[in-house]
Amino acid sequence: MSGIRIAAPKTATPGQVIELKALIQHPMESGFRRGSRGEEIPRNIIKIFECLYDDSVVFQADFFPSVSANPFLTFHLRATHSATLEFRWTDQHGVESSQKSELTVE
Amino acid sequence: MANTVGFAHAASTQLDDTARSLFGDAPIETGRVTVKMPPIAENGYSVPIDISVESPMTADDHVTRIAIISERNPVATIAQFHLSPQSGLAHVSTRIRLAGTQDVLVVAEMNDGSLWSATTEIVVTLAACIIL
Amino acid sequence: MIARRAFMLSLLYVAACNQPETDRALPDLPREDTRSGYTFLTPETQALQDDAFANPGFLWVDRGEAMFKASSNVSHSCASCHAQGDLDLSRAAAEHPKYDARSARLVNLEGRINLCRERHQNAAPFAYETAELLSITAYVASLSQGVPVQVEIPAQMETAYQQGRDYFFTRRGQMNLSCSQCHDDNWGQKLRGDTISQGHGNGFPAYRLEWQALGSLHRRFRDCDAGVRAEPYAYGSDIYVALELYLAKRAEGLAMETPAVRR
Repeated sequence: MSGIRIAAPKTATPGQVIELKALIQHPMESGFRRGSRGEEIPRNIIKIFECLYDDSVVFQADFFPSVSANPFLTFHLRATHSATLEFRWTDQHGVESSQKSELTVE
Repeated sequence: MANTVGFAHAASTQLDDTARSLFGDAPIETGRVTVKMPPIAENGYSVPIDISVESPMTADDHVTRIAIISERNPVATIAQFHLSPQSGLAHVSTRIRLAGTQDVLVVAEMNDGSLWSATTEIVVTLAACIIL
Repeated sequence: MIARRAFMLSLLYVAACNQPETDRALPDLPREDTRSGYTFLTPETQALQDDAFANPGFLWVDRGEAMFKASSNVSHSCASCHAQGDLDLSRAAAEHPKYDARSARLVNLEGRINLCRERHQNAAPFAYETAELLSITAYVASLSQGVPVQVEIPAQMETAYQQGRDYFFTRRGQMNLSCSQCHDDNWGQKLRGDTISQGHGNGFPAYRLEWQALGSLHRRFRDCDAGVRAEPYAYGSDIYVALELYLAKRAEGLAMETPAVRR
């Protein structure tokens, strides 16, 4: 897993609901396709996306083979205090990719 | 022959069976869920879907889970989202694959166990040039 | 004697059928009709291209930018030269393919980047269609976003231009179709679920929904050739670069869109 794009505001007011966006480069190979010689292309997908706010999971997405390649997500969070946001993807082999963003609430 | 006749029924059974396996036997009401998808998708590999569920998202009254279910894809469950009061707003969007024209069912589960849903029909067009 | 003459005639006939037919008298696409592939997309696909965050092509552009600035594996980074004004790249993608005097050849943007690696960075060229070459090409092309396509055809390149134009007007493959028959004669018409575009390259490298990835214009050519059931040429082949030159001339005035999103 390589490229990650995160859109998260740096600041928010207490109680404000903020929009978060996350995009990751991944083929999300479904396991149902065949190559040019008829060989099965093995499944290779991300299974779980988690957003952690101050180290606790506040949003989770379970992915299956019908999520598009280079998965994109938009979701929301109620900002209550200044803390680190972590965006974490885990693939079917348990390999993790993550990126962090600091949120200041005042 | 039996297969041809039974196809439509088999397809809608996939929606029903999958919803039951994910959410159990509680009644699934229509409403509170709004799904935005284009009426026609020009490519089934990447179809935008935007889901919002009416809910105050408080500790007492919030959405816990949202599932997107396909009528025709080989794996019926497309994605599932887990929310909490900290989410603030039950509004999620992503991009999905659809193997042809079909109904897409979105089910939302509330913290009181009630289930709400919306069904959206989408036409998926075929590419002009088939390269295999 | 008569039988022999008939046999010879039939041989000539077969030879004529095997000979690619190019009608050089056919007109080019009128300038005033020129429309980007963007205008043939659904509003949802246009919105994906326009979204500076969600457009997945930017995953490649981001990586290309990091490569452009990095000095690992090269004698010095691309940025260390190109930060200077005279080596500004803000029009580079819009002005390629271009004549390279030192090698006396026509080179496209991918070829130019690889020449730069060999001549100035003491590095091996990237193979065509690798993630590396696609990423750096996408980044460099993105610097020309909004710049109108404008190519020069010096005297040394007139033959290449004509070869590219001939390719475009030549029927090929089992379906016996030329590029022109779809993209000049029938653009805007429906072909199954698609609207036929004019076949411009101003968005490439582009993220195609069909590929679920970013790919080069040559990958698109190969798909088109396979689509009419013709044998595709190799990535980076001279004939495809010549075709790129004709297409760039044909697309003159259209703004560069890389990373575009296409069906």
